[in-house]
Amino acid sequence: MTPLRPPVVEVRGLGRRFGHVRALRSVDLVIGEGEVLLLSGPNGAGKSTLLRLLAGLTRPDTGTVRVLERALHGNPQGRSAVGFLSHQTFLYDDLTARENLRFAATLHGIESAEREIARVLEAAGLLQAADTRAGVLSHGLQQRLAIARATLHAPALLLLDEPFSGLDALAADLLRRTIAAECARGRTVVCVTHQPAEIWEIATRIVVLDRGAVVFDAPRPPLLDDFTATYRGLIAA
Amino acid sequence: MSLRRAVLAIAAKDLRIEWRHRTAFTSAIVFAVLVLVVFIFARDEGSVSLAALAPTVLWVMLALATVVTLNRAFLLEREHHALEGILLAPISPVALFWGKWLANLALVLVVELVAIPLWVLFFNITPDLRILGTGAVAILAAIGFTAPGTLFSAIAVRTRFAELLLPVLLLPFVIPPLFFAAQATVRLLEGAPVSDLIGWLRLLALYDIAFLALASILFPAVMDQ
Repeated sequence: MTPLRPPVVEVRGLGRRFGHVRALRSVDLVIGEGEVLLLSGPNGAGKSTLLRLLAGLTRPDTGTVRVLERALHGNPQGRSAVGFLSHQTFLYDDLTARENLRFAATLHGIESAEREIARVLEAAGLLQAADTRAGVLSHGLQQRLAIARATLHAPALLLLDEPFSGLDALAADLLRRTIAAECARGRTVVCVTHQPAEIWEIATRIVVLDRGAVVFDAPRPPLLDDFTATYRGLIAA
Repeated sequence: MSLRRAVLAIAAKDLRIEWRHRTAFTSAIVFAVLVLVVFIFARDEGSVSLAALAPTVLWVMLALATVVTLNRAFLLEREHHALEGILLAPISPVALFWGKWLANLALVLVVELVAIPLWVLFFNITPDLRILGTGAVAILAAIGFTAPGTLFSAIAVRTRFAELLLPVLLLPFVIPPLFFAAQATVRLLEGAPVSDLIGWLRLLALYDIAFLALASILFPAVMDQ
C-alpha cells in the first residue's frame, strides 16, 4: 500500500488583524500536491493577506502555516519551496532581465543557475530580451520576467496574486500556458483572481473567502456559470 | 545558501546599480563641495584660521555626505517592492543587513576618497603622513556611520517620508563617532603623539563593533514588521 503523501500546504487557525480590521479569522486549509486552487472572494475578503501569509511575507497573529511539513514563519529555509507572483514584479529596473534572474538564483542557492535561467527565459519567451534592462521592457514583458523569477527555483508551491491584471491577450495566454506547464510538473498552485475564467479549465478546487473566513471550499464544478450563481448567493448572504 | 554568498550577491547588486546611475555618489560629492565652499566663504578670516576650522569642516562634510549616500540604500528596494523579492528567498535577514552595509560602506569610502583630497585642496593642508592618518580615521568613522545608517534606512524606507525620516533617526547616532573622529583628527593635524589619539580611536572602533553587533541583532526584527 502506498503511503499517503503529506500535504504541500497546511494552514491551521490562521488569523491576522490590521488595527481594528480582522483580515483573516481562524482559517484552516490543507492543499495537496498538484492541486490548482482558485481563491476567490470580494474586495477586502482577505485573499491577498492569506497569500502573503502563505508566502511568509506577513506574520500571522494566530495559527501556523506549514509548507512541505516545514514551518514557514521564523524559518527562512521554509520559504525555499514557495514562489510568489504578486501585483509587484520584485524586479530592479537598472538590472537586465538576466541579471535580475541571476540575483534571484544566487539568493535561492540554485546550483546550475545559468542553465535554469536559460530555461525560464525560454519558457517566458524572453531570450531576445535577456540582456535588456528590466526598466525599459513593456509591462507585459516585465510580467513575463516576474513569472520567470517566481518559477526559477522550481518551487513546490506557486502563489499567484491577480496575475492576469493589466496583461494583454498574448501575455495572458502565455501566463496561462506557464501555469499549465507548472501544474504538469506537479506544482501546487494557489491563484487569487477576479477573473476565474482565465484559469477555470486548469483549476481543480475553488475556495471562497468572505470577511476573512472560508465560506466555500469544493472541487471545481464543470461549468463556470454554476459557480458564478453559487458565488453570488454566498456573497449576498 | 551560505551567508557569505548572499551577502556578496546583495552588495554586488547594489554596487552594480549605483555604478550604472552614480546618483548617490554624484549627490554626495556635490554636497561635499557645497559644504566646503560654504565654510570657506562664511569664515571670518580675522578670527578663525583655516587650520583651526579644517577638522570641523571635514567631519561635517563627511557626516552629511554619508547621510545623502545612505538615503538611497533602501530606496532602490522600494521600486516594484524588490525588498519583498529578497525576503521571499531562503536567506537570513542578517545576510540582507550585511550585504546592504557592505555596499553602503564601499560607497561611502569612495565618496571619502574623493572628498578628502578636495578638503586638502580647499584648506591648503600639506599633503603628508597626517593625511593618511586622517584617511584611516575616516575609514573607522565610515563604519560607525554606515552601521546605524543601514539599520535606520531599513526602518525609514517603509514609511511615506523616508528621505526626511532617515536624517532625523540617524543623526543622533552619528554624533558619537563624529565626536571621536573629530577629536582624533584635531590631534592628528596638530602633530600630537600617537598616544594622544589612541584613546579616541579605541572609542571609535568600540562604537563600530558594538553597533554592527547591535544592528545584526535588531535587523531581523525590523524586517519582520
